[in-house]
Amino acid sequence: MKKIKISNIFIFTFLLGLSVVFLIPIITVVSNSFKDRFSISQSPFVLPNSDTFVGVENYIKGIDDTGFISAFFWSLFITVTSVVIIVIFTAMTAWYITRVKTRLNNFLYYLFVFSMIVPFQMVMFTMSKIANTLRLDNPLGLIFIYLGFGAGLSVFIFSGFVKSIPISLEEAAIIDGCNVFSTFWLVVFPMLKPTAITVAILNTMWVWNDYLLPYLVIGSDYKTIPIAVQYLKGGYGSIDMGAMMAMLVLSIVPVVVFYLTCQKYIIKGVAAGAVKG
Amino acid sequence: MKLGNKRWFAVFVGPTFIAFCIAFLVPFIMGLYLSFCEFRTVSDAQFVGLKNYISAFSENSDFLNSLWFTIRFAIASVISVNAIAFLLALLLTRGIRGTNLFRTVFFMPNLIGGIVLGYIWQLIINGILYNYGYSITSRATFGYWGLVVLMSWQMIGYMMIIYIAGVQNIPTAILEAARVDGAGAIRTLFSITIPSVMPSITICLFLTITNSFKLFDQNLALTAGAPLKQTQMLALDIYNTFYGRIGYEGVGQAKAVVFFVLVALVAVLQLYFTRSREVEN
Repeated sequence: MKKIKISNIFIFTFLLGLSVVFLIPIITVVSNSFKDRFSISQSPFVLPNSDTFVGVENYIKGIDDTGFISAFFWSLFITVTSVVIIVIFTAMTAWYITRVKTRLNNFLYYLFVFSMIVPFQMVMFTMSKIANTLRLDNPLGLIFIYLGFGAGLSVFIFSGFVKSIPISLEEAAIIDGCNVFSTFWLVVFPMLKPTAITVAILNTMWVWNDYLLPYLVIGSDYKTIPIAVQYLKGGYGSIDMGAMMAMLVLSIVPVVVFYLTCQKYIIKGVAAGAVKG
Repeated sequence: MKLGNKRWFAVFVGPTFIAFCIAFLVPFIMGLYLSFCEFRTVSDAQFVGLKNYISAFSENSDFLNSLWFTIRFAIASVISVNAIAFLLALLLTRGIRGTNLFRTVFFMPNLIGGIVLGYIWQLIINGILYNYGYSITSRATFGYWGLVVLMSWQMIGYMMIIYIAGVQNIPTAILEAARVDGAGAIRTLFSITIPSVMPSITICLFLTITNSFKLFDQNLALTAGAPLKQTQMLALDIYNTFYGRIGYEGVGQAKAVVFFVLVALVAVLQLYFTRSREVEN
């Protein structure tokens, strides 16, 4: 018994040390965001002191330069709307093609699964041209494109779960006079809720952080947070390190808030999403 | 059920399918075709056969260099991510105090986006190298290891969660039996734990391999390929071929097709290889 305890203390110390290593990059960025921009690159690990401390100056400058406030709201709007739409429509699609066994539906299922392994670079040029032609190069169009892109993984995860729920409930609902639409929303969807949360979490993590797709589709007219951060880099080597640090902190804050409030669901979602995968 | 009629198909499948066609299917098919064409915009495409593919490999060595760099990066990061994640999963399933807090910390970097991650690590690595008179773009080795460290920092938590779920699924009866039979820790690890979590290993390898091959944002933000494109990975090379110089759209598309085939091939081979080692419990 004693031996186990000693090894546990050793493991605890190891994990504690590793946690510090994991947190150092974030702490460093936070500390540098309060330093004047010339004293960042050379000594990032020195805490701000009376010479280098500049208060929130970097934040004001960064928000001004990048339009961070509007980027935040565009990111929020695009992410929330896309995720809601993806969950609603792919749940419907997955249920339908799983329940109605036709050759076409089977083929569609494999098409969705196939799309998951295709790298974005394969379609980025043609997709952004098509989006331009169809006038989808605005936030609403982008949401529609996210539905198309998110369909693969989401349909796949929903289908996996639909297969495991008994069909008899749905048949009972139909006999009791529900039509197909109300059967889905009143009987099936409530059962899909845990899976819907998984799908929502995985898509939120993807859409919120996505850089290239929104950049190619709508460019810099409606910057999202990753585009705003990358925008700071601008021309050759002319980064304002202070503003950059402040923007990095502001980008991390929403993520950390989201993580700490939904941690339970995120951890479950990641594990559940992987089992289905 | 009267599910099968066309009206319900249109309601349930229609919206997703239309979006899927516009965002993925049509661009994918056009992409395949255009890789055999010369074009600037899509509408002015002229069929040129395999010319783009030949240019992709022969015109300069960018593509092959980035392919080689990507493979080396993928090997190092897949090993580092999975080894550390698996170790952490073993340590965090022993009921040690603070397990939840540790799990929270290790997973957190995963939620931060690639662009932001890239700049965070640029600061850290440049800060360390500054003491020796270098920066991350002085040598390709710095960028290489920088990317591996970044990738590990980002992905370890995610894979750890999957491994934890796998380890927790091992029936305690089996572990108990192994202990009674006198199996030591090492023996239990290789004869019980690893075979039992093969499904988790399959999915973690799949995710780390495909993510390593497809890495873009982190690459763009951390080094942008510097010095001299030596740390440019496949996805970034394709992007630069498309948008970096006019008249190379066809070559970019050909590279993208090769990239797609490569990723698909690696993914399928890996799935086949590890799936065959999974045991039914």
